[in-house]
Amino acid sequence: MELKLPPLAETGETLTGAEIAIRCLQEEGVEFVFGYPGGAVLFIYDALFKQKKVKHILVRHEQGALHAADGYARATGRCGVALVTSGPGVTNAVTGIATAYMDSIPMVVITGQVPTRAIGEDAFQECDTVGITRPCVKHNFLVKDVNELAITIKKAFHIASTGRPGPVLVDIPKDVSQQSAKFHYPEKIHLRSYSPVVKGHSGQIKKAVHLLQDAKRPMIYVGGGAILGEASQEVTELVRLLDFPCTSTLMGLGAFPASDKRFVGMLGMHGTVEANMAMQNCDVLLAVGARFDDRVIGNPAHFAAGNAGRKIVHIDVDPSSISKRVRVDVPIVGHVKDVLGELLGLLKASREKPDSAALAAWWAQIAGWRAKDCLKYDRQSKIIKPQFVIEKLWEVTKGDAYVTSDVGQHQMWAAQFYKFEKPRRWINSGGLGTMGVGLPYAMGVKLAFPKADVACVTGEASVQMCIQELSTCKQYHLPVKLVNLNNRYMGMVRQWQEFFHGNRYAESYMDALPDFVKLAEAYGHVGLRVEKPGDVEGALREAFALKDRLVFLDIITDQTENVFPMVPGGKGMSEMILAEDL
Amino acid sequence: MRHILSILVENEAGALSRVAGLFSARGYNIESLTVAPTEDATMSRMTIVTTGSDEIVEQITKQLNKLVDVVKVVDLSEGRHIERELMLVKVRAAGKDREEMKRTADIFRGRIIDVTDKSYTIELTGTTDKLDAFLEALDKGAILETVRTGVSGIGRGEWVLKA
Ligand SMILES: Cc1ncc(C[n+]2csc(CCOP(=O)(O)OP(=O)(O)O)c2C)c(N)n1
Ligand SMILES: [Mg+2]
Repeated sequence: MELKLPPLAETGETLTGAEIAIRCLQEEGVEFVFGYPGGAVLFIYDALFKQKKVKHILVRHEQGALHAADGYARATGRCGVALVTSGPGVTNAVTGIATAYMDSIPMVVITGQVPTRAIGEDAFQECDTVGITRPCVKHNFLVKDVNELAITIKKAFHIASTGRPGPVLVDIPKDVSQQSAKFHYPEKIHLRSYSPVVKGHSGQIKKAVHLLQDAKRPMIYVGGGAILGEASQEVTELVRLLDFPCTSTLMGLGAFPASDKRFVGMLGMHGTVEANMAMQNCDVLLAVGARFDDRVIGNPAHFAAGNAGRKIVHIDVDPSSISKRVRVDVPIVGHVKDVLGELLGLLKASREKPDSAALAAWWAQIAGWRAKDCLKYDRQSKIIKPQFVIEKLWEVTKGDAYVTSDVGQHQMWAAQFYKFEKPRRWINSGGLGTMGVGLPYAMGVKLAFPKADVACVTGEASVQMCIQELSTCKQYHLPVKLVNLNNRYMGMVRQWQEFFHGNRYAESYMDALPDFVKLAEAYGHVGLRVEKPGDVEGALREAFALKDRLVFLDIITDQTENVFPMVPGGKGMSEMILAEDL
Repeated sequence: MRHILSILVENEAGALSRVAGLFSARGYNIESLTVAPTEDATMSRMTIVTTGSDEIVEQITKQLNKLVDVVKVVDLSEGRHIERELMLVKVRAAGKDREEMKRTADIFRGRIIDVTDKSYTIELTGTTDKLDAFLEALDKGAILETVRTGVSGIGRGEWVLKA
């Protein structure tokens, strides 16, 4: 990579590699480093120890460090930073790196490596970090020369946070962290092989305007890219200006306020009838920072064949996301915020208006789908319904909490029933679907926003995957609230087994569960068990009233409840199973 | 369809594995891959021959462009271009076959670059097709060993692939 460096400051201090690494983090304004020490990073920890600016959060497992840094990044939009040792430190971190990669989260991961002379000798705690992580990072580096360290870390932050964001890893051999070099941190860098597009093609944007104005059955489909690209305001303005229906992917929730009547709910495998039917039947589709993945549109052939006349405009910062699974008519590569800004400008200046009669008819059709009330559930139930818990959580937190989640049914119910009004409030693993993220995500969020309410909606299976982080929460006083929807099953697995494997519940029953109340107490927190619908609201209020305590709410929910609607894998998005069908 | 992709990459350790890893991770075909430094020591040039529908090759190009070490990608097969491959073949050439073997090599403008009393080593350059044709022209049993470099390609005329 060729770099245009500003002239090197002659007066640069001489620092060790370890000190350089920490100074770089300071220069980047990094608040928190989530990590776990070990032999290969001891010099770096020593340098951390000698300063106060960057605060280190000691997790209990490297996976937790990565997820916490990732959660911090999702909530703030800033780069998350993690630091782990070589070998097992790295392999433990891989799940966290891959999770961030799949959801395009900006992160810089610093890893220790065995000394350069030992690389390749199967040294103690050696692994091919760059090789192991290559397929799940945006980019990675092995720094063999201490003089290259500062510039490499600069590149890492630059690459991680621009274009389509993603994790970047910097592997630092122990001897490099020990050697000295003059420290100089460049303000700007230029990489000839890396220059993400920002501005969209104006001709394409004009075409998009015409399509939107001529639409009879328009639809706006918003993905996580709208949140990553800080385009929530533009999305909201656009939807309201046009009065078009708007849906969101799991990752896009909050980009457009859920309380607005134009929001037709989440789409996809567990999307609403109105969202999925409108996607399938629209004549003009505007996709913003979304990628038409399998959990969203199901079978692409069905999606295309079911409505051949549909015109698609797709705005994305990553050209490879465009026309990957679905052919689009008007591709626009650029920053979603910039492109939408330009689009809005043109729409406002134009005298043409959408066909209001057609639009009214379209809204009437959507109202018909809405009338199915596809998210309805038994509100009279004597057993706690998970959906009810989420509705109460929304009420108690006034819809303004940061909600993290794990993976499973509870995640889908949280997505369906917590009405997100703002971006970056809904923090979950969409792409990789990593169980165990919920608690460390909540830690990262709470550190970023100590005053905010942070709830982790989890399941009794998922929460056990990073449960050790309860100890981290104790050490750093992170009073998050865990809402454990305890159905004694890997509910989502059980649901698939019920629907597609003849009710054979192979290994999905969660036997030998711990007493979560005692477990929470053992870690120094508060635990509450809730067994009756009538107690849910009170318990939630109590939990959030305990401002400075972590509360683990173990809520015993209906074991048999399923997530509806559901588009079975490989089916088209209009082929939903509804609760009433069964 | 067969495509020839010309790629300029940073001369960084790992650049080759990033490119090769991309093909295996996403299930794209590699028919051949060649790589060597260019006149600019900071860059290498790769030529990859791949097959796939237009959609797949479009994805491959986009995915390659996304790699941070990749400076430029061009699909040579979209325009006029020249492609060459070098092959070294060791063949049995004893007794009455020896003369015949030399004649076949001459027809294909192959050069004999090493001899023993029982064998020839023939050097041949050309398109993949020509190299294939040469091998087909030989008696299968006569071929002892084949080494091919894979295709290298360059655009025709004054157009050059630059960073
Ligand atoms: C690390 C990991 N392993 C396995 C899975 C597959 N999986 C998806 S959902 C699920 C069950 C989750 O159970 P629980 O946390 O209790 O949530 P529920 O579905 O019951 O709400 C499993 C095993 C996964 N997503 N992540
Ligand atoms: Mg469960």
